[in-house]
Amino acid sequence: MSETAHIETHLIPVLKTVSDPEIPVLSVLALGVIREAVEEDGIVKIKLTPTYSGCPAMDVIADDLKAAFSEIGKIAEVELVLSPAWSTDWISEEGLQKMEEYGIARPLSESHDIDVLLNEKKLVKCPQCGSTNTHLVSQFGSTACKALFKCDDCLEPFDYFKCLK
Amino acid sequence: MKDLYNYILTIADNSLILAQRLGELCGHGPSLETDIALTNISLDLLGQTRSYYQYAAKIAGEDKTEDDIAFLRIEREYKNCLLVEQPNTHFGYVIGRQFLFDVYHFMLMEKLQNSKDETLAAIAKKSIKEVSYHKRFSSDWVKRLGDGTEESNKKMQEAIDDLWRYTDELFFVTEAEKEMTKQGIGVEISEFKEKYYEEISEILKEATLTIPENKYFTKGGKEGIHTEHMGYILADLQYMQRTYPNMTW
Repeated sequence: MSETAHIETHLIPVLKTVSDPEIPVLSVLALGVIREAVEEDGIVKIKLTPTYSGCPAMDVIADDLKAAFSEIGKIAEVELVLSPAWSTDWISEEGLQKMEEYGIARPLSESHDIDVLLNEKKLVKCPQCGSTNTHLVSQFGSTACKALFKCDDCLEPFDYFKCLK
Repeated sequence: MKDLYNYILTIADNSLILAQRLGELCGHGPSLETDIALTNISLDLLGQTRSYYQYAAKIAGEDKTEDDIAFLRIEREYKNCLLVEQPNTHFGYVIGRQFLFDVYHFMLMEKLQNSKDETLAAIAKKSIKEVSYHKRFSSDWVKRLGDGTEESNKKMQEAIDDLWRYTDELFFVTEAEKEMTKQGIGVEISEFKEKYYEEISEILKEATLTIPENKYFTKGGKEGIHTEHMGYILADLQYMQRTYPNMTW
């Protein structure tokens, strides 16, 4: 989660129930896409930032947020903000762990990310067996935020969450 | 305001039309991986387009929406450069067009991040992260095809030779751009023209391709004068809105 995000504590339990539709184990809080959540005059105002510009999950997340708050009788307004731009650094440690357990390898540092996306170094850890004997299959994967890898030890293909800074 | 509106479209229409071209490849890419990559790039560009059009719609007022801007203009009102509307003749052309555009797009976004206009600066800061991935993908493929087999080299060269004539237009300055640059909102594109050709040439050399010497350049798209391909693109793109006016999903 980004350190600068302003989120009122009493809203956290509801926010925790809304997850990324593509990575259901990851709540929007762990993903770091909630920039602000405050309650003013009985209305919950949320600022949401997209991971990637064209990410179709954003519309779903916005709808899910509204639905989650309406269940407890609150109206939520969701505004999409672009600045500052989302970064993979904003995914919380807990989020990264859940992502790995779910089968998606966590993003590496920026320079290592380039190395692995050009298939020049073997650094991505297979989320199935833990081996780093892995190679890039495709720089682009099933969603904009992921690349496709394959483990050369357990032979399983898997997604790698690309570094975005 | 008219200049700002036009300026936004000058940038955004490139992304829309290129996204549409890449979208045509959905399910038709030469391999699964490239198919996914090209449609991912298309999606990024479409997302960027939406941010620009939402902003432009706000400026235009009169209850205009992003969809009006995307779907309900006539050909002469689209301000994209000719390069992005060129067809997907073969994979060499898809990659060549992408490469020649990505290098430009990256440099443009680098500068636009410092725009005095906060919204444009924010869109640029968001986009540049995505564009750097696009550029890496297309440069990589130019090298692979150029430095690949005799056949792939021939096809890549053919595409670069054919598309070269559209590169100069990227740096053609329209009235809206002139005015916006004066106000510190727009980007002085001439500043990176030399750098653009240097970077392109370097990658072409690495790909063992010949840098075209052709000095005959075509322009017009940025002022609404398009190649014949544009009408066909719009026929596809606008079909639903023209057939069922005001339809929504």
